[in-house]
Amino acid sequence: MNGTDAPVLPPVSPRRRRTDRFMRGLFGGATIVAIVPLVLVIFYLVQKGLGSWSIDFFTTDPSGKFFGDPGGIKSAILGTIEMVGLATLIAVPIGIGVAIYLVEYGKRGRFAQVVRYFIDVMTGVPSIVFGLFIYITLVLAGTGGTAFAGWKGSAALALLMLPIVTRAGEVVLTLVPDELREGALALGAPRWRVIFRIVLPTALPGLITGMLLAVARAAGETAPLIFTATIVKGSSLDLNGPMNSLPAQIFSDVGQAQDRLVARAWGAALTLVLMILILTTLARVVSRRSRLA
Amino acid sequence: MEAGSFTAPDGRRSVLKRPSGARLPDVILQWGVTVLSVAILLLIAYFFLKLIDESTTVFDKFGVFGFTFDNDWDVSKSVFGALPLVVGTLITSAIALAMGVPVAVATALYITELCPRRFRSPLTIVVELLAAVPSVVYGLWAFIVIVPFLKPAEQWFADTFSFIPFVGGHVAGPNYFIAGLVLAIMILPIVSAITREVMSTVPPDHKEAALALGATRWEMIRTAILPYSRAGISGAAMLGLGRAIGETIAVTIVIGNAPQIGDSLFSQGYTLAAVIANEFGEAASNPLHRSALIAAGLVLFVLTLFVNLIARFYVLRAERGSRVTRTVAPGMGQ
Repeated sequence: MNGTDAPVLPPVSPRRRRTDRFMRGLFGGATIVAIVPLVLVIFYLVQKGLGSWSIDFFTTDPSGKFFGDPGGIKSAILGTIEMVGLATLIAVPIGIGVAIYLVEYGKRGRFAQVVRYFIDVMTGVPSIVFGLFIYITLVLAGTGGTAFAGWKGSAALALLMLPIVTRAGEVVLTLVPDELREGALALGAPRWRVIFRIVLPTALPGLITGMLLAVARAAGETAPLIFTATIVKGSSLDLNGPMNSLPAQIFSDVGQAQDRLVARAWGAALTLVLMILILTTLARVVSRRSRLA
Repeated sequence: MEAGSFTAPDGRRSVLKRPSGARLPDVILQWGVTVLSVAILLLIAYFFLKLIDESTTVFDKFGVFGFTFDNDWDVSKSVFGALPLVVGTLITSAIALAMGVPVAVATALYITELCPRRFRSPLTIVVELLAAVPSVVYGLWAFIVIVPFLKPAEQWFADTFSFIPFVGGHVAGPNYFIAGLVLAIMILPIVSAITREVMSTVPPDHKEAALALGATRWEMIRTAILPYSRAGISGAAMLGLGRAIGETIAVTIVIGNAPQIGDSLFSQGYTLAAVIANEFGEAASNPLHRSALIAAGLVLFVLTLFVNLIARFYVLRAERGSRVTRTVAPGMGQ
């Protein structure tokens, strides 16, 4: 570094060099420590989960029998897809609507700031408290004629997804260049056409990414579901009745502490993690396609 | 704007004038999204009031302070003092912060400053993958694998260092420490992501100046990066704390669910979130018990609200001055 000229800087003393090397090693080591749990979780999921996978595992409902075949996870997979699907249908339009308000109409105004603030508050609310809220308002009241129901689970999940979708939507809508809006307005397009034909299509990949991440998060949530959709055995297409879900099934199986049930829990967990991984990978691919920064 | 010169002859419509009614969709859209936003605010207000309303039964009986700070939670006697739960929540979250935050910050530093450039994005993705594993799966893994695996090590630690307060004594299978460990793993990705984001706002000039003055990498980190991003790291830690406080299912599985204040780090305990998840089933028929669980939810909500407020303050302060937009994947922050 010094070349042939006299060194401009004093050479690094051995003590400083040692400290530097030690700290670098420490940070590298910490990174390894951070990755170890992930590797371990994936290792056990694959090792124990694959063992319980079979055709029957995906095509039968939990039997509930104390001895013998515990059954599969068909009802749990179905229930998760139904409830998360409905929650998405609720949360995505509302979430994007609020994002449109914040970016296109509210901007930096006082009311918009208040809305932003409370969306932030919603983000921080523990999922179990949302579950409790739906439990109080819908389950105890027996809305719709039943106490526990799949759509109530969806409502709790939607509350959880809403701030995620809104925040993600706000970020990508802000990224749409103002020149595009101004160009369209100058050509005489009314505001709503600018939003629906210019702004939303431009931001679409980002919106989809936000949606997929919200779906991935909702799919893994247990706490809000055990109060609202509860844990049942049978498959159901009736969103107004109690409904099983993968996380709830895993939770109840772990609690039983029977080897057969724990084996089913591993299989269900592997299924759930794979579903979530596919969603997050999709989200990543879509966001890479985005033309926005 | 009544520009007569634009009016086409023969009484035809001006090219700049829209037919009446053309503004209707505009008005509908603007009102629609505004009403949605108002509805969200009303929903949150209703949410808060409803929680308070349903908690009054237990608050009337024990008082707000009595409920929150009495050390006695006994369902069979209908006595509800939530102190063991509050303490359990605080202990497990504190353990999670103590273990999770240093590792998360070190990981962020390694990824942004030290590791070879081509490992940067794979490492980022791997650390973020930790956030993709659902709570219940961490709970399952910790309960089946970690609890039996760590128990001898914990017992050895408890025996060897029994002179340290709150360490010695019997080691229960599920305990505060295991719960804190699982929480540490769960908050790591979010703390690391926000720390990375904050560190990316450190002006390159500062780093280059430190290096040009002859600083080693570590000295550059210590003198340029850490002071600049201190507020942001505090904010990230507080967000992690908010997460840890509200985390339910994984903790429910590995905390042991004993409604008392454990006498050591390795005792069974309970947290606010875990008690709600566990006892709501039996509480349906007992209004006082139900109210107590809802009040526990309210305390939990207020606690996370408070912690998130502080986090927001720090993160905003860290972001001020740097015009960098949020780069964390939006779903991560929750």
